[in-house]
Amino acid sequence: MALQSLDITRRSATTTPSPSQRKTQEVVKLIDVSKCIGCKACQAACMEWNDTRDKIGTNHGVLDNPMDLTANSWTVMRYSEVETGRGLEWLIRKDGCMHCADPGCLKACPAPGAIVQYSNGIVDFQEENCIGCGYCITGCPFNIPRLSGKDGKVYKCTLCSDRVAVGLEPACAKTCPTGAIVFGTKDDMIHHAEGRVADLKSRGFAEAGIYDPLGVGGTHVMYVLQHADKPGIYHGLPKDPSVSAMVTLWKGAVKPIASFALAAGVFGAFFHYVTKGPNEVSEEIEKEFKDEK
Amino acid sequence: MTNHWVDIKNANVIIVMGGNAAEAHPCGFKWVTEAKAHNHATFVVVDPRFTRSAAVADLYVPLRTGTDIAFLGGVINYLLSRDKLQHEYVKAYTNAPFIVKEGYEFNDGLFSGYDEAARTYDKSTWAYEAGPDGYARLDVTMQHPRCVLQLLKKHYSRYTPEAVSNICGTPGDTFLKVCELIATTSVPDRTLTFLYAVGWTQHSVGSQMIRTAAMVQLLLGNVGMAGGGVNALRGHSNIQGLTDLGLMSNLLPGYLTLPGEKETDYRKYIGARAFKPLRPGQMDYWQNYEKFHVSLMKSWFGNAATKDNNWCFDWLPKLDKIYDVLQAFELMHQGKLNGYFCQGFNPLASIPNKAKLTAALSRLKYLVVIDPLDTETSCFWENHGKYNDVDPARIQTEVIRMPSTCFAEENGSLTNSGRWLQWHYRGAPPPGDAKPDAEIIAGIFLKLRDMYRKEGGAFPDPILSLTWDYDIPHSPAPEELAKEYNGKALADLADPKDPAKAVLRKGQQLDGFIQLRADGSTSCGCWIFSGAWTEKGNMMARRDNSDPSGLGNTLGWAFAWPANRRILYNRASCDPSGKPWDPNRRLVYWDGSKWTGFDVPDFKPDSAPSEGMGPFIMQPEGVGRLFALDKMAEGPFPEHYEPFETPIGTNPLHPKVINNPAARVFRDDMKDFGKSRDFPYAATSYRVTEHFHFWTKHTRISSILQPEQYVEIGEDLAKEKGIKAGDRVKVRSKRGFIEAVAVVTKRIRPLQVNGETVHHVGIPIHWGFKGIARNGYLANTLTPFVGDANTQTPEFKSFLVNIEKA
Repeated sequence: MALQSLDITRRSATTTPSPSQRKTQEVVKLIDVSKCIGCKACQAACMEWNDTRDKIGTNHGVLDNPMDLTANSWTVMRYSEVETGRGLEWLIRKDGCMHCADPGCLKACPAPGAIVQYSNGIVDFQEENCIGCGYCITGCPFNIPRLSGKDGKVYKCTLCSDRVAVGLEPACAKTCPTGAIVFGTKDDMIHHAEGRVADLKSRGFAEAGIYDPLGVGGTHVMYVLQHADKPGIYHGLPKDPSVSAMVTLWKGAVKPIASFALAAGVFGAFFHYVTKGPNEVSEEIEKEFKDEK
Repeated sequence: MTNHWVDIKNANVIIVMGGNAAEAHPCGFKWVTEAKAHNHATFVVVDPRFTRSAAVADLYVPLRTGTDIAFLGGVINYLLSRDKLQHEYVKAYTNAPFIVKEGYEFNDGLFSGYDEAARTYDKSTWAYEAGPDGYARLDVTMQHPRCVLQLLKKHYSRYTPEAVSNICGTPGDTFLKVCELIATTSVPDRTLTFLYAVGWTQHSVGSQMIRTAAMVQLLLGNVGMAGGGVNALRGHSNIQGLTDLGLMSNLLPGYLTLPGEKETDYRKYIGARAFKPLRPGQMDYWQNYEKFHVSLMKSWFGNAATKDNNWCFDWLPKLDKIYDVLQAFELMHQGKLNGYFCQGFNPLASIPNKAKLTAALSRLKYLVVIDPLDTETSCFWENHGKYNDVDPARIQTEVIRMPSTCFAEENGSLTNSGRWLQWHYRGAPPPGDAKPDAEIIAGIFLKLRDMYRKEGGAFPDPILSLTWDYDIPHSPAPEELAKEYNGKALADLADPKDPAKAVLRKGQQLDGFIQLRADGSTSCGCWIFSGAWTEKGNMMARRDNSDPSGLGNTLGWAFAWPANRRILYNRASCDPSGKPWDPNRRLVYWDGSKWTGFDVPDFKPDSAPSEGMGPFIMQPEGVGRLFALDKMAEGPFPEHYEPFETPIGTNPLHPKVINNPAARVFRDDMKDFGKSRDFPYAATSYRVTEHFHFWTKHTRISSILQPEQYVEIGEDLAKEKGIKAGDRVKVRSKRGFIEAVAVVTKRIRPLQVNGETVHHVGIPIHWGFKGIARNGYLANTLTPFVGDANTQTPEFKSFLVNIEKA
């Protein structure tokens, strides 16, 4: 069955029903932290495929570079030197969008169609619809989306939806030399991950496991972790991520009230217009506005 | 590599030591993960630093830089004293039973025959005792006090676990854990592979470090086996090919050697290389040396090379010494070498002691640089502030730059670490005026030949007679060069079994080096490459990956030298009767009438096991050498010598002989070695995964991924020195200083060595004053100008520095 359907199942700030004629399998990118050598080939492949380039930065006393996700760096390696029962371990985690089944970013987004979820599970930003409000950033439990200073829109990993749409794996999975990043159906990836966990357990990692957190409905980027009981040691990977209460509230119970408030505001403005006439913008304010531009 | 990349997946135990495969060879490293995934292999990393390789290892083992012989010598002692050998293999396939000549000795750090003034050995006692039949004498019981096994036991009995721990700083229990693991591969159905790189090569005892690993593998019966061997991971995509074609100044293509200055007699030159068998019934393949040599001379000089003129032997240079890169820069520094061609090489960045190099380059009359990039060497005369603080007005060297293509802009073959010659095709046209190297050299050659023709000269013969029959003389095609290396018949070649028949007609491409003749009827530019481009076409371009044994020996994929053989010494994967030691890993076997199997047998195809021919067919005695005879500069057994700059100031094994007594040290460089009281920290230089040498600082993505020069220090040293991560620090050696950002890490720990605490400072090499990454200091400002006693490869991996906040 095809993995590459671009049928949209969810669309931010819209109530149009989703197509349901075709069925797509869910995809997963599995990142096996225990096989990662931190070579950053995935970072390079991501920049190559997506035509993004960060500035040439500086060294901050660690090997991480760029230091954080940006509108140009949709994935970065996080290096953590951790003392465990086995002695020193150097845990290297590829950070980027987790493509949550229940995406906080999409829920928080007020711009119609700026964030979509395809039927294969990929959560994608449609930047042309993005209004740059940054609510998705607040809504993300993994702190992933980044606002561009250049165009005021938010960017993150697309799971190479454009590649997946034509039957290719994401660029990072394609390039990973050790097979630490693999891509396929969620079922296949869970099966593969279980094999990896068994291998790790045989090598003494008693708490090895799969990271597929339920708080966000599971993710379409999963990790194999040597210490699945302590995701926090992997550069602060959240143990029980969930969509923030504010977003849930905003999109849940509060939404009708908010909509009412908004409508009331519009009504008030209209009332103001018909009773008092249009708002005059002073020349000073207009000049300021132009200068800013 | 004795084996090849894919074969790593067959190993049960993988030791990365003297290298950092995950970091420097991430693509090849996939075979380590395959071995772990499908073979449940155990992966061990031995290194002064907890590297990216160590990040995915089952066991990380720290050791002090430069002490690998002590470590591996300790392993040999462990295997011998606990009797963890592959006994049958050791007895039949190594020189353990051979009796060494009387007079051979090792005392207090020196072998017999040392000449202190000349810093060389008279190696006459490093030999086998000859029996009455003229062959080497054996004691098959291996009890004779002068047999190699007994001498080996005696030599390494000093390398106790305590001594190892004391020298290397490796905790004793960790060392024993590694020994136990290594020892599990002494059985016939388990193998160990060593993956190393320049972390072994770049020491003043580098060659001997590699030899020690080879000895461990011989004792375990792991040479010639699938998943075994001693495997050099080469640092450039085609450095293996360059080595094969005669990279070193004393080599001719295919590891043939140039004559020395006293070798003016052709017959004696050949006689000294076509070794006589040291045991009866041995193949002793170098007996064919003359066939390779004559075919090379025919390839170079065509009809001008005749039997009567000894195939132009007199035209070959006769060496008074080795002209390695340190020697070349030493001569330049002395003003004795005043013109330099620098092709695909950035010595100012890549060779130790930048101050000396700058002074040397400044004394040249001219410097020609052929390179795709704007290298530091070609701009050594430019002032780049603190990064290259020179006065251009005072440098008179004329620099001529010729832009060349990079590998992706031309067709050709790349020879990988596993000896596979893989053909590739041009991906893009070169930019601007860039030309392929062959075209640049052809242009120079044609011009020179013209001048010699018109104006004559002292010795025009080799230039005027050089074969140059390329379709476009000023632009030899890679395909033409490849055919030339393969070789062709210069006359009809008669079938040795039926002289009435011809195996090849005049002008046809050879099938392989087996067809080479010493009578001038064949030409071949590099005998080991013969078979790469036959009458069947370009064998390097083959892409059939079928793998009938499942062991990864894809004989239809590209071409592996020699003779498309994938695993060297594979005869040793069978017991003396010709049956594979491990029935699950069959490479070759004797089928009753011939040798056959899944690899090309590294053996005489019709020699029955009962004939007793040894599996190491290049050796005159047919067996692997635990005792190296006279082949190494500093001794037949590897011995631990400290780096020339040692943090402990002594050699705990023999305080009177601290460093390699046979290493060449130029007089003026001795004073440039630092002492631990001024430079207390052990430094080592290396590559990081984001960059490739000094090239990728010219590319944007690599520069984004690791933009700025840094050095790595441990938390303890950082605390002692008041250095925080991200601080700028100054690192100083006796030869100069660099400044960089400090990376403070738990991955470098202080080691307890000989009663002292030794800290390491890690120095990545990639930055310089050219390119788009942030400008930095050339790391080789710091490194010492001394090399391995055999290869003269500089000691980049062990030296002394001091560090302070900048």
